[in-house]
Amino acid sequence: MTLKNKLSRQWHNKKHFLDHTIFFTMVSIFLGLVIGAIVLAVVGFNPFEAYWIIIKGVFSRPKYIVYTIIKAVPIIVTGYSVAFAFRTGLFNIGAEGQFLIGSITAALAGYFLHLPIVIHALTVFLLAVMAAALWGGLAGYLKARFGVHEVISTIMLNWIALYLNNYLVMLPSVKRPHAEASWNILDTARIDLFGAWKVSEAGMAWRLEHPFFHDILQPEINLGIFVAGLLGILTAFVLNKTTLGYELRAVGFNKDAAEQGGINVKKNFVVAMAIAGGLAGAAGALNVLGVARESVNLANMEGYGFDGITVALIGSNTSIGCFFSGLFFGALKYSGAKLQSTLGAPKEIISIVMGTILFFVAMPKLIQLLRSMRSQKKKETTGV
Amino acid sequence: MPEIDFSRTVVDMQKITKKFGEVLANDAIDLTVHKGEVHALLGENGAGKSTLMNILYGIYRPTSGAIFINTKPVQIPDPNAAIARGIGMVHQHFMLIKPFSVAENIMLGREVVKKWGFLDRKKAFRAVEALSEKYGLKVNPRAKIQDISVGMGQRVEILKVLYRGADILILDEPTAVLTPQEIQDLTRIIRNLTAEGKTVILITHKLGEIKLVADYCTIIRRGKRIDTVKVADVSEQELAAMMVGRPVRFQVQKKAQPKGDIILSIENLQVKDNRGLPALRGLDLEMRAGEIMGIAGVDGNGQSELIEALTGLRKVESGRILLKGRDVTHLSPKKIIHQGLGTIPEDRQKRGFVGEFTVAENMIIEKHDQPPFSRRGICDFNAIRQFAKEVIRQFDIRPTDENYKARELSGGNQQKMIIAREITNNPGLLIAAQPTRGLDVGAIEYVHKALVAQRENGKGVLLISLDLDEIMNLADRIAVIFEGRITAILEAAQADKNIIGLMMAGYDPQKQAEPAVA
Repeated sequence: MTLKNKLSRQWHNKKHFLDHTIFFTMVSIFLGLVIGAIVLAVVGFNPFEAYWIIIKGVFSRPKYIVYTIIKAVPIIVTGYSVAFAFRTGLFNIGAEGQFLIGSITAALAGYFLHLPIVIHALTVFLLAVMAAALWGGLAGYLKARFGVHEVISTIMLNWIALYLNNYLVMLPSVKRPHAEASWNILDTARIDLFGAWKVSEAGMAWRLEHPFFHDILQPEINLGIFVAGLLGILTAFVLNKTTLGYELRAVGFNKDAAEQGGINVKKNFVVAMAIAGGLAGAAGALNVLGVARESVNLANMEGYGFDGITVALIGSNTSIGCFFSGLFFGALKYSGAKLQSTLGAPKEIISIVMGTILFFVAMPKLIQLLRSMRSQKKKETTGV
Repeated sequence: MPEIDFSRTVVDMQKITKKFGEVLANDAIDLTVHKGEVHALLGENGAGKSTLMNILYGIYRPTSGAIFINTKPVQIPDPNAAIARGIGMVHQHFMLIKPFSVAENIMLGREVVKKWGFLDRKKAFRAVEALSEKYGLKVNPRAKIQDISVGMGQRVEILKVLYRGADILILDEPTAVLTPQEIQDLTRIIRNLTAEGKTVILITHKLGEIKLVADYCTIIRRGKRIDTVKVADVSEQELAAMMVGRPVRFQVQKKAQPKGDIILSIENLQVKDNRGLPALRGLDLEMRAGEIMGIAGVDGNGQSELIEALTGLRKVESGRILLKGRDVTHLSPKKIIHQGLGTIPEDRQKRGFVGEFTVAENMIIEKHDQPPFSRRGICDFNAIRQFAKEVIRQFDIRPTDENYKARELSGGNQQKMIIAREITNNPGLLIAAQPTRGLDVGAIEYVHKALVAQRENGKGVLLISLDLDEIMNLADRIAVIFEGRITAILEAAQADKNIIGLMMAGYDPQKQAEPAVA
């Protein structure tokens, strides 16, 4: 027994070291940037110059920072969606489709409903979340009822969502004339800050006197990042502090033991996917209410949901992790695009960097997995 | 008794030390085995006996120490090297390919081929038959693995090792999966092996089988060799004390207990297995509060399906289950738990606990949504930890830290955790499925005491175990399960172990008697 305890104690300490996820993520980011630099050098660009452009592209002007945040908000929230599902043992590839359902619902409700300011935005947001929750919950239901794997069903639902979006956008009553897009949402539903004032005469005059704020106000500055922060806190709270979260985590870690303990595993599939869907829908709604103000006829997926997978994995499936990895990814996406215009370097280099980071982030997990597999094997062979 | 040739030392391991990181799994262990000897390695789980044998078989490399095979110093870097030196190992978990025949499995890797690379099945069959006959293994080389019993599977594993020319056979916990009859057969086979000059090393923590077959026994405790003894000179009690490091009580102390009301009544229960085939074919059983009912049977006769049907995890096709007189047949697991059923599940790693949860979180899995652990849907982690602390103290779970992850506990403490959780739920009926599988003597003693305490508190205990000794030792009544039915119920006090063993294999005393009468 003591030997065993010693073994486990030691394992405990080692795991403790490995659990320094932040440390590993930082190393992974560093390694990702190094590999990106090598690739840049190989194709004939100066990597230091390229990275300097990226850094400048994010931090050199206040408005760049705002743009970065705006770019980051949807992927932070789709990151929550994927992370939430992961924590409950499910792989939500459907954040993409749930995002679309959220955004088309927001676009429709934002245009067709007539409600007072604040209430309108809130109503639209909640409707979008609910619609996307149903969409996600459908995948959960298919798993619970018919045993359809959520990866299969959500991939298919992504395409259905895409074409449903396109169908709705192109309906005569929805489509804006001379555009492949829906009508803009009403001003009462918008969540941007100082939207009307900043382009008013008084606003313009004030902005001329305050060049710093003038700069900040140029982008579609909106409440999205604050809502994202709140959603992160809410998600972490539900998962870690509530009875529902306890059940969801139990099912995620070991559904057989959860089932034996009287937890309704099937119900939890549906609930988990509905919450994940709702979060992705919230991302879509925030994008429409704060930035896009419309839904467009899409030729292909936009990738918000898929980026959410990257964000969740780099953020080690925690709210706070997703928040910062989303900001980081958002910054690279926004500023990486500038590589093309300034250096002529392909912006795809950002995908390489992100992919490499993801690869290295997965590495300590891989090492942990191998270690735990080995220790389990050891357990078996020592007859424990 | 076959003769041991003391002039020929076949295995000599000297000062074998194996460190895993900082942990000493083997601490300067000496082991000497002579030709024709059955040498048992006895030790608790995690004592280091399997590590030592894995070193001999080339799975691990020793940190220091020397190995001599037939007095020649050797290096054994991998199992192939071990096999080349005549060492073979039969693992606890069989490594057989189910759709293949016995002979095909045995020659796998050493196929007998004709011209053009075609398999020479006839020759292989003959070779297997010859080997089987020589050692009295009675194996049919043409049978498919999927159709043969566990005991037969083990013999195939032994044949596999012999076929590869092993002179030294390491058997890892060979009786864990066998019926009493199969254990007797195995004993006979081991004797045949040593009679033919083979040497057998037996890894075990069962004292009975050491007394039965072993000549010498080396006791290992916490990585150290305690002693090597001649088995004939020591009692089981002495062996156990050396293994655990303190005296152990074998016989469970049971007081006479007045039987209470009927607590469980199963009527004509029909349940299908995972493949959709009937697993329970009209099972009837009735038991009372204040008794331990033991279900004896060979693995795969419907025990697992019975447990799952009782706990609500498996669909009941027809029949009824009454718990304290209330029909719980089609209720959800949660409702059945609320009706007063507790379960120590068969597969504790799979169903017993959530490994990534802390001990505290695991303690409340059935009552996580009830006050004081949950109020208005919010968990009260202070209350949960307080409760867990109390239970850990009361049930002596180690380490005494409720924040430890469950998977980091030893097997015995994981089982203690499950038992503590179930007993604190105060169930009217406790299902204990394989409650001591894989546990060492100390932990077994603990589990048995806990089950008897339930009985003495006037609760019912349904004990389902493949270990007939455990059932004989604990149960008040024994129900024999065979092919999905209870074929007999006997008072444990009057039960004959051999008869039960036969009944577990399908022998029906009444049926056998009939033709004689006619």
